[in-house]
Amino acid sequence: MPDTLTPVLTDMWDVDRAWTLPAYEAKGGYQSLDKAFAMKQDDVIAAVKDSGLRGRGGAGFPTGMKWSFIPQDNPRPKYLVVNADESEPGTCKDIPLMMGNPHVLVEGVIVSSYAIRANKAFIYIRGEVLHVIRRVQAAVAEAYAAGHLGTNIHGSGYDLDVVVHAGAGAYICGEETALLEGLEGRRGQPRLRPPFPAVAGLYASPTVINNVESIASVPSIITNGAKWFASMGTEKSKGFGIFSLSGHVQKPGQYEAPLGITLRELLDLAGGIREGHDLKFWTPGGSSTPLLTAEHLDVPLDFEGVGAAGSMLGTRALQIFDETVCVVRAVLRWTEFYKHESCGKCTPCREGTWWLVQTLARLEKGQGTEADLDLLLDQCDNILGRSFCALGDGATSPISSSIQYFRDEYLAHLTHGGCPFDPARSTVFGSASTVEVSA
Amino acid sequence: MTTTPDKLTDLVNVTIDGIQVAVPKDTLVIRAAEQVGVQVPRFCDHPLLAPVGACRQCLVDVPDAGNGRGFPKPQASCTLPVAEGMVVNTQVTSPVADKAQQGVMEFLLINHPLDCPVCDKGGECPLQNQAMSNGRGDSRFAGNIKRTFPKPINLSPIVLLDRERCIVCQRCTRFADEIAGDPFIALVERGAEQQIGIADDAPFLSYFSGNVIQICPVGALTSEAYRFRSRPFDLVSSPAVAEHDACGSAIRVDHRRGKVMRRQSGDDPAVNEEWITDKDRFAFAYAHGDDRITYPQVRGTDGVLRPASWPEAFAVAARGLAAAMDANAGGGSGVGVLTGGRLTVEDAYAYSKLARVALGTNDIDFRSRPLSAEETAFLAQHVVLTAPGNGGVTYGDLESAAKVVLVGLEPEDEAGAIWLRLRKSVLAGGTEVIAVAPYTSRGLSKLSARLVPTVPGDEAAALADLGDDVDGGTVILVGERLATSPGALTAAADLAARSGARLAWVPRRAGDRGAIEAGCLPNLLPGGRPVADAGARVDIATAWGVDSLTETEGRDADGIVAALAAGELGGLLIAGVDPADTTDPAATRAAIKAAGFVVALDLRETEVTRAADVVLPVAPVTDKAGTFVNWEGRVRPFDAALRNPASLPEVRILAGIATELSSLGVGAPLGLRTVEQTRAEMAQLGPWDGERNASAAVDTAVEPVEATDGLVLSTWKQSIDNGRMQDGDKYLKATARTPVALLPQDVFDACGPTVTLTGDRGSVTLPAEVGDDLVAGVVWVPANSFGAGVLSDLASPGSRVRVEGGQG
Repeated sequence: MPDTLTPVLTDMWDVDRAWTLPAYEAKGGYQSLDKAFAMKQDDVIAAVKDSGLRGRGGAGFPTGMKWSFIPQDNPRPKYLVVNADESEPGTCKDIPLMMGNPHVLVEGVIVSSYAIRANKAFIYIRGEVLHVIRRVQAAVAEAYAAGHLGTNIHGSGYDLDVVVHAGAGAYICGEETALLEGLEGRRGQPRLRPPFPAVAGLYASPTVINNVESIASVPSIITNGAKWFASMGTEKSKGFGIFSLSGHVQKPGQYEAPLGITLRELLDLAGGIREGHDLKFWTPGGSSTPLLTAEHLDVPLDFEGVGAAGSMLGTRALQIFDETVCVVRAVLRWTEFYKHESCGKCTPCREGTWWLVQTLARLEKGQGTEADLDLLLDQCDNILGRSFCALGDGATSPISSSIQYFRDEYLAHLTHGGCPFDPARSTVFGSASTVEVSA
Repeated sequence: MTTTPDKLTDLVNVTIDGIQVAVPKDTLVIRAAEQVGVQVPRFCDHPLLAPVGACRQCLVDVPDAGNGRGFPKPQASCTLPVAEGMVVNTQVTSPVADKAQQGVMEFLLINHPLDCPVCDKGGECPLQNQAMSNGRGDSRFAGNIKRTFPKPINLSPIVLLDRERCIVCQRCTRFADEIAGDPFIALVERGAEQQIGIADDAPFLSYFSGNVIQICPVGALTSEAYRFRSRPFDLVSSPAVAEHDACGSAIRVDHRRGKVMRRQSGDDPAVNEEWITDKDRFAFAYAHGDDRITYPQVRGTDGVLRPASWPEAFAVAARGLAAAMDANAGGGSGVGVLTGGRLTVEDAYAYSKLARVALGTNDIDFRSRPLSAEETAFLAQHVVLTAPGNGGVTYGDLESAAKVVLVGLEPEDEAGAIWLRLRKSVLAGGTEVIAVAPYTSRGLSKLSARLVPTVPGDEAAALADLGDDVDGGTVILVGERLATSPGALTAAADLAARSGARLAWVPRRAGDRGAIEAGCLPNLLPGGRPVADAGARVDIATAWGVDSLTETEGRDADGIVAALAAGELGGLLIAGVDPADTTDPAATRAAIKAAGFVVALDLRETEVTRAADVVLPVAPVTDKAGTFVNWEGRVRPFDAALRNPASLPEVRILAGIATELSSLGVGAPLGLRTVEQTRAEMAQLGPWDGERNASAAVDTAVEPVEATDGLVLSTWKQSIDNGRMQDGDKYLKATARTPVALLPQDVFDACGPTVTLTGDRGSVTLPAEVGDDLVAGVVWVPANSFGAGVLSDLASPGSRVRVEGGQG
């Protein structure tokens, strides 16, 4: 079973002072640079295309194809922007990656920037994680000192400057055009598309925006070859990815494995659900992806497999909830998050999340009628696909999927006149409790 | 402008609700739908603002984007351009689109207060109307908690914000950013708490702020002056033309029971589009103050003005004027006519005709401001009769010009619609603005103007040096202030002739251009006919049925003032002139005092009416039909908004005087009594088609300036200042910029933050600021923002002032 794992990005997390340049170079770090610089830029793009690497930020757009959209006849400068604004509830892969191995990101930034002919790259890191910002800043400084960044890198004639930018704590800035607005110093709200960032992104110049994990995967593709990367994963979802297991599992954490692994396999690796409990529901990729249940344990965790199951692979943030958790309560907490983080630009998301919270809160207290469930679903229908960006869509996912799978539990709140669950039982200290719930 | 023949072939065929329509490329679906008669509901969309797609009210179903594939989700039609073969189903035919729109409407109403019965917008509210047409009758939000805010907060002295009503469509912030360039308002907070905000120390101060009230699709932005004053359905709206500047902006006067309640911008794409200045919008109370003259007055034997009937006033006026024309009766031998710059062209024509046929003089001038003989010749040579139809510069030309040179003109202050049009073009990347000015003003910096730093008075030299920058694609706009800069107008005309650039003159007042056309100048008869041209005189004399007209050109305004003071003229017919505006206010006052007989026509009591022998009340622009001719030469007619039988247009008053005069054997009757008759006669007369005034060699040599100490004074009137037509609205007044003296850095360092300026007419103490790129040796002050204004209280045109540290 240990063979299931494919540690690449996480490979050196257990090395002493793994985040330092000497430790990284001792593991062969920065070797992809010379190999890439010996290639034509278009060949680097082709290699990434051939590898089948798809965006690791959730949407799964082919990375190499995104790079090839950059119009190279545009006289304006090109920019690479790394989206490190990891804020999705449940998602926790980029932050540990930048903590454990920041240099692999820096190396990826250099190779990727070279490929798209950018001489300036930005790493936009979520503002709340100051420790991560410092660690990436330190890595960038080390890379400059070692000649991996700056002018004439490794004697190749290629110049690159990297700016580490701290966000200001807005979930919406994980949306790539809102991120660009924030990076430019404006209010973080998504932009109208077209023009797409590849044509007019940062400072109205051609811009590639990639997730941390996507960029960090590039050095291994260059070093080991596209075939090596494509040998992992499934037909349309190649390569490996970090699967973040959290919640009611014995050993929560990051499991780097080929795409297409199942939750059953991952749970085996993680020691299973916490002792004495059963899986009730889980998110495949953060709270914005529709919930799945125990019947989906064998769904292959790749873009196609999860999509076929009615959800989305997203960021592979597998939040595991056992039977002690009230789904209404969990969904309400998520919905409060979306209400808090809605940027306010468009009506459905701004007003819709305000309303959803109130309807859900009433239901949690056992107030209302079954008709309120249909009202909730209708509200979701009026938000999904009607809002300006995907934030509003994401806000509806936990609600509509939870009603789909747990309608009876919602109704139980109504008949019970409140939540039939003891919230203490879902906590760590409550797991040993044997108090029976009066239902 | 943009519809060139080859563009017409650039049509895209789309099918909307089953109806095929061909629209120009890049048309947005929401406007293409209008072509087939479908109004898609919308809030954030505005044709003059960039698409934003924020409110999501205009969602439509697009089963085929033109490539055979449809969009899986409804699309915002305000951001989606048409594509060949596109199929669009709006709420009319698509249940999906209809449900999407109803859903968005429901969301918009969740947090919207139900205070429509007390809301200013109620009755003309896009939210109210579209909630009826595209919303559901009942709320499903019962029992839930609305977001609330304290009721209105002031964004500025004139604009209030009710945040509860706001649907954050961003029209106002986009207007402030994209159109006015005064981004004092911005979105703050997020989610449902998102709101329009201002910085603590930065109110929404803009000369154009009132437009946001008009484009607000809900009642979130309201006017301090208009709040709770009336309901839209009680108002009668009359189209009109703004009387505050020479832009000719289309406005709408909303009145109720004979009283103007508010003014809104009209919609004239060729002129002001849908925007007006705050002065045009809010400054209308001046006509309804306590000082409005409502009945004729004549000075009795006791020397006191007393009420009189119209017939008596006509008779007294005629007797006095006749006496003033009679050299044997003592005093002078003639009457001068000063008409001011506020007249409609019909009224101006009446003065022009009266001066010629009844008073037998060419001593008539509309210019109640510093002027020059050079300007008089320039107006006859280069300004009169230019119009959009015959090659005159237009707003559209400003937008399409590669370069626009501003000389002696600060458009943000002096011609707001020009400034807005220039900014539109500059932001679109179309036009470069070059300003021959002493410093980069706020208005110029918002135009990204390139400054040609020029000391006032040196404009002629600066223009001569512009050579390479100016070509056939350039428009030169010269302001009326250039009259006081020797040689500048001539240099501008020379530059235009040499380079092929086009030239336009921009006055400040609404009636200035019409007065030129009507012949309220000592060298011009109506229709641009030169006084000096015998053929032109015969033309006019024939049309007017008089034997002959005075052959010699008359005195200009300064000449009339001097002649009155010297006793060469015996009488004065004066209309709407404020002595403080004139070249030498003290001299003008003295001349009025010295005149043997003064007939004053005015709207309100002024120092002139108090000194006059006969005072005749005139109709404000709301009470009469008329026409303004704007700086382009565009004719801007309007009808009376209010019916007020006590208000007489000046043509009727002058006809009364002329009739009385003729019965005394002086001159001929006017032959006109109404605006309609005047229009007909002017139309019949037509424009002069002969030679323009052979440019009388005007001496433009710069007089050697006495080498006195001090700084050259640069000054102009700001948009909001102490102008009398802004009286009566304290909220508008509160938005005026604080008067400051701008100094070069070295002078500021020497004199400090408060300075006393001393010129040949007095001293003033003002707060001082550093003019960042102010030309050395220049001090700038606003012309009419303190005391009685610069000309009365500080210095004569072109003179120097001393600057000292003031008592702070």
